[in-house]
Amino acid sequence: MKMVEAKNVSYEYTKVVEVKGENTERKLMALDDINIDIEKGEFIAVLGHNGSGKSTFAKHLNALITPSEGTIWVDGMDTKNDELVWKIRQNTGMVFQNPDNQLVATVVEEDIAFGPENLGVEPAEIRRRVDESLKMVGMDGYQKDTPSKLSGGQKQRIAIAVILAMKPQCIVLDEPTAMLDPVGRHDVMETVHRLNRENGITIILITHYMDEAATADRVYVIDDGKLVMQGVPKQIFSQVEKMKSYGLDVPQVTETAYELRKMGIDIPEDILTVEEMVGAVCQLKSTI
Amino acid sequence: MSIKINHLTHIYGADTAFEKKALDDINLEINDGEFVGLIGHTGSGKSTLIQHLNALLVPTSGEVLLDGVNIYADKSKLKSIRQRVGLVFQYPEHQLFEMTVYKDVAYGPGNLGLSEEEIDRRVRSAFETVGLGEDIYDKSPFELSGGQKRRAAIAGVLAMEPEVLILDEPTAGLDPRGRDEILEAVKKMHEMRKITVILVSHSMEDVAKLVDRIIVLSKGRVALTGTPREVFAQVDKLESIGLAAPQISYVFAELRKKGYDVPNDIYTVADASEALYRFLKQVK
Repeated sequence: MKMVEAKNVSYEYTKVVEVKGENTERKLMALDDINIDIEKGEFIAVLGHNGSGKSTFAKHLNALITPSEGTIWVDGMDTKNDELVWKIRQNTGMVFQNPDNQLVATVVEEDIAFGPENLGVEPAEIRRRVDESLKMVGMDGYQKDTPSKLSGGQKQRIAIAVILAMKPQCIVLDEPTAMLDPVGRHDVMETVHRLNRENGITIILITHYMDEAATADRVYVIDDGKLVMQGVPKQIFSQVEKMKSYGLDVPQVTETAYELRKMGIDIPEDILTVEEMVGAVCQLKSTI
Repeated sequence: MSIKINHLTHIYGADTAFEKKALDDINLEINDGEFVGLIGHTGSGKSTLIQHLNALLVPTSGEVLLDGVNIYADKSKLKSIRQRVGLVFQYPEHQLFEMTVYKDVAYGPGNLGLSEEEIDRRVRSAFETVGLGEDIYDKSPFELSGGQKRRAAIAGVLAMEPEVLILDEPTAGLDPRGRDEILEAVKKMHEMRKITVILVSHSMEDVAKLVDRIIVLSKGRVALTGTPREVFAQVDKLESIGLAAPQISYVFAELRKKGYDVPNDIYTVADASEALYRFLKQVK
């Protein structure tokens, strides 16, 4: 079953630019003929530098914006169909970079209850959803806390819980760890992976951190509004030169393997983790 | 300008239910012209510490000396201290407010009572240091990219010609290209102006590439200090205080645990490739 299907999706916008003292309108393509298929239960990472169009793509996934051309279906629902908008948004939740912009209440449980309350869910069921959502993000016991007193990583996990209370099938996270310290990043990533593994929630993670993308099932690279690379992390990151040409990094171990290969060492080019690097080096050592 | 911190302790909300010791007997010395990285996880006290360096916060006890003078000794001098110690906050681009980028950078020096020529010189020089050309002078801040906006905001602080520049998480939220632009600008600024630079970050990779010395804060205390090599050699200790060394450092720590004789102070890809090549080819 497909969670997301994007067919020939383009998004055009008009920018007013000054040319020789006169304002003229210029049409720009934020997304240019994108075709993407995401299966239910997949963990997808989307990479691209600032301005590449990856956030524009993310906003298409819950109908915050709709394509100028082409169609996106979310769980089979056309995002251009106004009658389905609320169903789509309930189905696909979004988490943004800054949790402070997303948390509105003064008490954690009220923030989480806000969504289901608006759906007219029974109070007893709301209570159940709030507690269950907090448990799922590892924040059980924080029901009565004040969001502003929590750390960045905790706030971001509350923001995820807010979305879980809507019982979504898919969560889109737009650089959720950009403002977090290493501990916060780790906790958020662990939570997202657990939701994917144990609850089967489709995850679409937009990120600048290559080590996060390396843990995804598949990776898409967007550059200048176009889908330029797609594949499993090993296929993507082993193309060191190409990644750099798009203004992206590869993990340090991958780059080290790439350098070693240039020096004539026969080490696999698709190393992504510390364990793989250590394993490869030990194996090479034993054969010399 | 040199900085000396003696027995600095800061307690938030003293004698209330929310009492929290943010800094606990900090002793540090930062030399004139030094480039220092200040590292620690959220809540370790780094922001509290830097706010003491230009007297935004007053210590609960202890003192901060700039060039040997206690900054709190004479309250009438606080304004000049804030001019000499420039602080670039997190997400400084939120502070851009003028109609054009040029006017924004000129705002600070404009309030110092300088001549038009001097203001113009400072603004141009600040833009040059951060790598922004004349083509953006008349643009609205909104027309710039994320990395450019941030460099413009840093230029605004630089135009005050501080002797110490403190940057709090200058690369947070930027993509790899924007991050490299900022770090390049900071490096150039240190080289060109010979000022003392303090870079606050939790990105080990960023800090490792640039600084002379790293100071690691944990729970309001100085947990480690030394060159990047010395600090990153202590992978286990960094982990225990909730910080991570650069990814490649872990490869060497693991190899050493397996009994292989590889260096323990590797943190860049260039050094790692070199060291692994030697290790695999058995050359000394």
